[in-house]
Amino acid sequence: MEVVLAVGFGLLAVGTAVAVFVVDSMARATYALLTSFLAVAAELVLLGSAYLGILTVLMMTVEMAIMGVFMIMYMMNPAGLMPMTMVHNKRGSLTLAIGTFVVLGAGALLVPWPARQGRPPAELTRAIGQSIMGPHMLTMIVVGVGLLATMISGILLATHRGRYDRYGDDLERATPRDALLSAEAR
Amino acid sequence: MFDGPALWAVALLPVGLLVLAAAAASLSAAFGSAAAGRAVDTEVLLHPAREAVRLLVVRRRRTSHPDALLWRLGGGTLFVTAVLAAAVVPIGTTAVVRSEVGVVWFNAAETLLWAALWLTGWGANSVSGLIGGYRFLAQALAYELPLMLALITAALGAASLDVTEIVAAQSGLWFVVWMPIAFVVFLIAALAFAFWGPFSQPASTDASGGILAEVSGVDRLAVSIGQYAWLASAAGMSVALFLGGGGGPLLPAWLWWLVKTLAVLAALVWTRWRFPVIRVDRFEEFAWVVLLPAIILQSLVVALVVL
Repeated sequence: MEVVLAVGFGLLAVGTAVAVFVVDSMARATYALLTSFLAVAAELVLLGSAYLGILTVLMMTVEMAIMGVFMIMYMMNPAGLMPMTMVHNKRGSLTLAIGTFVVLGAGALLVPWPARQGRPPAELTRAIGQSIMGPHMLTMIVVGVGLLATMISGILLATHRGRYDRYGDDLERATPRDALLSAEAR
Repeated sequence: MFDGPALWAVALLPVGLLVLAAAAASLSAAFGSAAAGRAVDTEVLLHPAREAVRLLVVRRRRTSHPDALLWRLGGGTLFVTAVLAAAVVPIGTTAVVRSEVGVVWFNAAETLLWAALWLTGWGANSVSGLIGGYRFLAQALAYELPLMLALITAALGAASLDVTEIVAAQSGLWFVVWMPIAFVVFLIAALAFAFWGPFSQPASTDASGGILAEVSGVDRLAVSIGQYAWLASAAGMSVALFLGGGGGPLLPAWLWWLVKTLAVLAALVWTRWRFPVIRVDRFEEFAWVVLLPAIILQSLVVALVVL
């Protein structure tokens, strides 16, 4: 039963991934990609990683819903309902894709892989976390806060209707400047 | 991971949810009639049923060049996701699907609404529908983080993502008593993701019906059932997370759960006839400036208590 489900979701994931490049609308491409992600999420659940799988559903759905809006807005096809092709520079990208696949595949087959020495520790996840993060925890925390600050200041610089633009430098306005009915208009 | 659910329970779940959805529709008709000063009789209570039959037989409106596949998929997904969400809600003490990550499961089913409702609006190739779809996504960006934090707060109180465990942790004291903000935020978010009452601007008349502008006939029926079913799922979940699930004296657990769920459902439905529709951009500001800090403080308090 689980094998049947795994194969079914696998085929669905690959099929819808191919559909991303075959369909002729931005919205269909976006939602075909989402279906592919959801099928991969189902595979994760089948592998016993329920939390990871369900989290993938959650993240990917929100992400693709927002991305669909931007894809449709920025493409030459504003409403997304007029047919358009999803592939460009076919020969170049085919050459690159097949070349990369052959190189990686040959590497995987030809490299003499070392035999395993010793045994994995009992708490594998914890051990990986320790070895990656252990001595660098402080750095990671600082970098994390730095990234967050960068994001917030980036948004602040980019927006033209932040709090201080709308309510004045001392937030003294009663109604924001861009309210549908401004104080003057009333 | 998951305990395999019994087949009869899986078959019965959509039927049960459909009954609750019908109850919500009748409640709405009754509140509407009362708000207009008219008598509430069986005629009014049966109105949704008659409307459902009418929608079944009426011919669908057609638009020029719709994306029929994605359009129907959007509307049809609503009820399915509501059933998925209800699957982890313990009816009394046991859920149809007991999952150790039930809270995240519910959240994931809810995020599928982002895709489904945007497609419902966009698919018709109509300006009003598109506006409604964009409005819903904007509304979703406002309610999603407070909703997630409200769910996490309840999970934090029980130290488990399993909804059954969360119910069990409330045998002494209901979570609503010491995390009231989380409860209120959850209900606000529930109204917002069901685009109901004060949060119905994505489907409001100022945009000729928004996401519902061109949705007619059996498609409209599917969307309406999905909307009421989501209200019912959310009410059931709020009872499990904050109102002690099936806890209560004398009556059996499932009956207590049902009584509480119907009470919350009635309150949710009632908001439509009591509060005006809130503009999405105003709700956006309220959600980020008021709701989000409030729910973060709430989860902080709960975290300190649990520590």
